[in-house]
Order: sequence, then C-alpha cells, then structure tokens
Amino acid sequence: MSDRIIVPPPKRLGQTLGILTVILVIVASAIFARFNIIEVILGLQRGGRILARMFPLPGWFGPLMETLQMAVTGTFWGALLAFPIAILSARNIVDVPWIRVPLRFFLNILRTIPAMVFAAMFVAIFGIGNFSGVIALVIFSFGLVAKLLFESIEAIDEGQVEALRSLGADTLTVIRYAVLPQILPQYISYTLYAFEINVRSAAVLGYVGAGGIGQLFERALAWRRFHEVGELVIVSFVVVLFLDFFSAKVRRSLI
Amino acid sequence: MIEFKNVSKVYPNGVKALNNINLFIDKGEFLVIIGLSGAGKSTLLRLINQLIPVSTGQVIVDGVRMDTASGKILRNMRRKIGMIFQSFNIVKRMSVLSNVLSGRVGYHPTWRNVLGIYPEDDKQIAYKALQRVDILEKVHNRASDLSGGQQQRVAIARALAQQPLIMLADEPVASLDPITTVQVMDFLKEICASDGITTVANLHHVDLAWKYATRVVGVRAGEIVYDQRPSQTTKNQFIKDMEIVYGRPIHHDEFVIEEAVV
Ligand SMILES: Nc1ncnc2c1ncn2[C@@H]1O[C@H](COP(=O)(O)OP(=O)(O)OP(=O)(O)O)[C@@H](O)[C@H]1O
Ligand SMILES: [Mg+2]
Repeated sequence: MSDRIIVPPPKRLGQTLGILTVILVIVASAIFARFNIIEVILGLQRGGRILARMFPLPGWFGPLMETLQMAVTGTFWGALLAFPIAILSARNIVDVPWIRVPLRFFLNILRTIPAMVFAAMFVAIFGIGNFSGVIALVIFSFGLVAKLLFESIEAIDEGQVEALRSLGADTLTVIRYAVLPQILPQYISYTLYAFEINVRSAAVLGYVGAGGIGQLFERALAWRRFHEVGELVIVSFVVVLFLDFFSAKVRRSLI
Repeated sequence: MIEFKNVSKVYPNGVKALNNINLFIDKGEFLVIIGLSGAGKSTLLRLINQLIPVSTGQVIVDGVRMDTASGKILRNMRRKIGMIFQSFNIVKRMSVLSNVLSGRVGYHPTWRNVLGIYPEDDKQIAYKALQRVDILEKVHNRASDLSGGQQQRVAIARALAQQPLIMLADEPVASLDPITTVQVMDFLKEICASDGITTVANLHHVDLAWKYATRVVGVRAGEIVYDQRPSQTTKNQFIKDMEIVYGRPIHHDEFVIEEAVV
C-alpha cells in the first residue's frame, strides 16, 4: 500500500530543446569571446550607441513605439478586466440576475461607442497625452473582449462544470478547472483581435490629442509637409499589416 | 449510507421528475437504477450529491442532511461522493494527471486549487488511482487524446482520488462499446467490493444490471416500481419483471454483454 510510485517527468521535448539551445548559445558565445556577462552587456550598449550614430532613427520611430506601447497596454488591461466581468455576465457560472442584467446592458452600450469617441472624452477629462489614449483603448478592448468572452462562456461544455461541482469545488475552483481551460484559446484569440483593432485606433488617437504617431500626422498635415504625411502613412500601413498578419496567424492556430 | 425520505422533485419548468421517493441504500451496496428515458434516474442520482436541490423531503448521506446543507458543509460532503458521467466530463484540455489531481480540490483551500499546486502525497494518491484502473502509462497525456474507455477510466481515477465513501455513476457505459463496457463495469464493481464504496449506477441495459448489481431499483414516471436483489431471483424471472419497469417485454437482442462475456 505505501509503496511510492515513481513516475518519469513529462517529456516536453520542444520546450526542453528550446531552453537548452538558449543556454548553449549563451555559454558558447561567452566562452568563444572570453567575455563575462557584464562585459557582454556593456559591449552591446556601446555597440548600440555606435549603431545609433551610424543609422540615426527617423523622427517617427519614438511615436511609433509609443503607439504600439499604448496598444499593448490598453489591450492587456482591457482584456484582463474583461475576464471577471465576462464570468459575471454569463448565465451559467455565477448566475446572479441583478448583477448579470445591468452588466450586459452596460456592455452592449459600451460596444456602440468607438474608441475615438472615448479618446476625445478622456482627453477632455484627463488632458492631452497618451494616458487618455490608453484609457480609451482599455475601455474599448474591455467592452469587446468581455462581450465575446461571455458568449463563449455560455457555450462551454457544462458537463465539466457539473463534474467539478461534484468534486466539492467552490466557484473559483470551478472557474479555474472547468471554465478557463475551455475558453482560453478563444480568450487569447479575442485579445489578439482587440489588439489588432487597437493598433489601428492607436495610430489615429493622436488626432484628438491622445498620444502616439497620430500626433505626427496631425502636425505634418497642419504644416502641409506632405512628404512626411506620405512617409507616416507608409510606416503605419506596413506596421499594421505586419501585426495583423501575425496576430491572425496565431489566432487561426488557436481555434 | 444514503436515505431518501418522501423526496419529490419538481423542476422550475413544472416537470415533476420524482414523486415521493423513499429509499434506503446500505453501505457497500452496488445499486443499479433502471428505467425508461425520462423516468427520473439522473434526477435521483443528482439529488444524492445535491447537484440539483430537492423540492420536498429529505436526503440523508452518511448521517448528514444533504437537502439543507450548503457552502462548506455541502462541499465537504460532495468530496466524499465520487461521480462519473456518460460523457466522462473530464477536462479535455488538461493532462490526465491534472484531471486526477482535481479530484483532490475538496481537500484544499481555494488559493491552492487556483494555483494548481498539489502536495506530493496527492500525486501519490493520483498515481495509485491511475494504476488501479490500469492507465498509469497515460499520466502525462492530454485527456482529449484518449479513447472513450480510457477517458472514463481517468474519470474513475479522479473519483478515486477523492477517497470517497460513495460512487455515483450516471450511465457510465452508455457511450462505450461492449468490450470497454465490461472493462469499465468490472473496475466499478471491483472498487465497490474491495473498498466497500457504496455505488449507485444508472444503467440502460438490464443484462448489465443483472450481472453487476447487488440490488436493482426500477424507476417509472418518477416513482420506484421495482426493488429486487438479483441473488434472490432467477434471471428469467428478472427479465420477465422488467415489464413492470419498461412497460413492455425485454428481448434478448437488447443485451449488450452477451457476446463480450463469452
Ligand atoms: N434541468 C431540467 N429542467 C427541467 N426538466 C428537467 C431537467 N432535467 C430533467 N428534466 C425532466 O425531468 C424528467 C426526468 O429526467 P431525468 O434526466 O432524471 O431522466 P432519466 O431517467 O435520467 O432519463 P435518461 O435515461 O434519458 O437519462 C424528464 O421528464 C426530464 O425532461
Ligand atoms: Mg439520465
């Protein structure tokens, strides 16, 4: 009875190989260059500085990064917030009507308001700057992801929920074991979808003074520097296309 | 071990699923419930662990009133009651091990369950449960990669990991082929017999009931119309009595295990 069963650990070949390769590369390069790690980092920094002087970054680079950062931050917080709200809005997990009904109403209203309107509103409240933009994107992604997610939650296999309840699980435990595994692919997919939209919105948010590359657009147009406008259009176009492509690819592999 | 006292169940939509059920189930019994589709078998089973609430009457399990239990008391009672299902209801996107470990959630605080960190002792319990249903070699597989019979064995292992006093089985073999059916029923029977786990199973096939049950209860339109021990009757008489439950004679070609047993 008390014999312990020894079970070999799971074979996670890809993961193990990946980690091994990274370690190998680091060790090999360290030995090869006879550098210690601090020297390597210092060296990289120096190299980076030289590189930057050799190829000066264009003026749109900073605002572009700011735009992407806004999109990432906005999507992240929006999607995170969406999860508990989606659980409360779904009929099949918690089911408290006086919470669910107003929440759904609220989500439906939220969905009818474009991100730009939020941005303009928040610029009026919080002032000009990327904070207003980020808040607008948080609210927009929250509304989008929460709505899609609660519909997915209502479509899960209830048998798994019932099984977990029968084990003596409380609601949080049920969510962790019977809900989360079932909706995780959709959840990630909706989040990426929100991200795609947010990158596009973030690119024009600057127009209402909410930070990012849109500010450059506005300025270039105002000063009638049309070659700059053209450059910005191409940069935004390429970046959006590139992110859309990868995001869509990941999303397809999830479903 | 399990007692129903004047239990009725009316669903919110007005369907009267059970009508004044009185039933006492002894410890260690292998009780099989049979009846037509819609007779109320699943309802009866789910009243035992209160997955659905009773309308009137009392359900008493191991001396505790289930019908009035709630919160932590109810969860602690459910922990003592394993349950397996026709559609297995294991978490398909988790590993076999995680599934069986989830049988331990009733023993741990929420934060521990949410983080999914289990003590080494729990892992040993899980391994032993998997070994018992002869599927330890699949421990690291994703549950969705297993066949139906294997998934049901994982579900049994999960219930075993609860270290239950009672095992409920709602048509545990209805989606399995005859060979796998016998295998799964044999595991249930062995667990009931050697651990003294009181087992209540809904079955659709009277030959399975005859072969495995220590006691057979027939439900018809929400009432118990038949209650007999196979050891105290003959098979022919038993088959003939099934007309009471099903409202029509049972034919030989409705048996599942004839060919699998020989
Ligand atoms: N959640 C529910 N809401 C309303 N009515 C229900 C519900 N579940 C079951 N019923 C009804 O209660 C009655 C008994 O159902 P139950 O599921 O207990 O039957 P069963 O004997 O298990 O049938 P089967 O063999 O088809 O599984 C049926 O008339 C059914 O339609
Ligand atoms: Mg049923």
